[in-house]
Amino acid sequence: MAPITGIIQNKFPDAVVFTTVDQVVNWARKSSMWPMTFGLACCAIEMMAAGGTRYDWDRFGLIPRGTPRQSDLMIVAGTVTLKMATRVKRLFEQMAEPKYVISMGSCANNGGPYWKYGYHVLKGVDEVIPVDVYVPGCPPRPEALLYGIMKLQERIQEDRVLRRHPESVGSLTGATLENR
Amino acid sequence: MDAKAIHEKLAARFGEKIAGVSLEVLEPWVVVASETIAEVAAFVKADPDLRFDNLMCLSGVDYPKEKPPRMEVVYHLYSYTHLHTFVLKVHLPREDPALPTVEGTWSVANWHEREAYDMFGIVFTGHSDLRRILLPDDWEGWPLRKDWVDPEFYNGMRVKPTQQMMERALAGEAIGVGPFDFTPPNRHAGE
Repeated sequence: MAPITGIIQNKFPDAVVFTTVDQVVNWARKSSMWPMTFGLACCAIEMMAAGGTRYDWDRFGLIPRGTPRQSDLMIVAGTVTLKMATRVKRLFEQMAEPKYVISMGSCANNGGPYWKYGYHVLKGVDEVIPVDVYVPGCPPRPEALLYGIMKLQERIQEDRVLRRHPESVGSLTGATLENR
Repeated sequence: MDAKAIHEKLAARFGEKIAGVSLEVLEPWVVVASETIAEVAAFVKADPDLRFDNLMCLSGVDYPKEKPPRMEVVYHLYSYTHLHTFVLKVHLPREDPALPTVEGTWSVANWHEREAYDMFGIVFTGHSDLRRILLPDDWEGWPLRKDWVDPEFYNGMRVKPTQQMMERALAGEAIGVGPFDFTPPNRHAGE
């Protein structure tokens, strides 16, 4: 290889790894998404199956937490009633940044079977909180939820933590809810 | 006891307060005058031949197209002693439906009556704690009445999908029918 990089070329031992800070931060974030222990309806049963030994979401670094303060990920698993929607919003607000939301199943996506005649059901949890990944199904199988989690990991890996966002040149804070 | 004997016993005790009867059905029932229901409940539980010690279910029903229009409260009874069942019904007017509570006889009626109140607005006089049980406390109206109309918003949250939302759904753009990573623009981005 031609000696073009000057003083640091070939100066480091094998144990040194080069990467970007964004890469490392995103890798850390995506590898330890701790979901909040939180289920609303039958989708929560599939979510529990995804956490059990057969599907074992522990291998993705998902460890359920009992409080929103320690959680990075909210999996909205089930029917969001209007009464519950205010609680869901509050729980989301109690989570520390960075925080992510997976909307699991038809009810959380858009009201599902309660779309037209459900007087008490929110028409999609994205009416009250921002959603990163939607997992369709009624309920989705655990594989589908795991695929949604992997999709979220891909999105986190593309996130810009320190680098400026392309369309926000001049701004110091590029990573916001709207443009990540 | 079979349904016929139960009906005869009730008719002998309460006379014209037992208004209607239908015994040739799967679950035989009688109609009880609304002001008498608490006494009838106490009687059928205490009577050694009837001993209806279990209120299996208490439901509200709305019949706006009957003449005259009416509400009903239906009591499904069961006896663990004699292993027989029976049904009591109470007819109520659709305007300001009210009847005495049976909470004193079957304490499980507490929650069931709160549910009937929550969904139909049926008032159970004498109930120890008559307030909504499922819906939020600030909810307005009685959603299982047949003339219920969805409000447009509840506390700022949309209850009825808009025409635009319906068209998006019919066009297959609804969330949940696209690919996994389909993310619509954040509806609250402007806030």
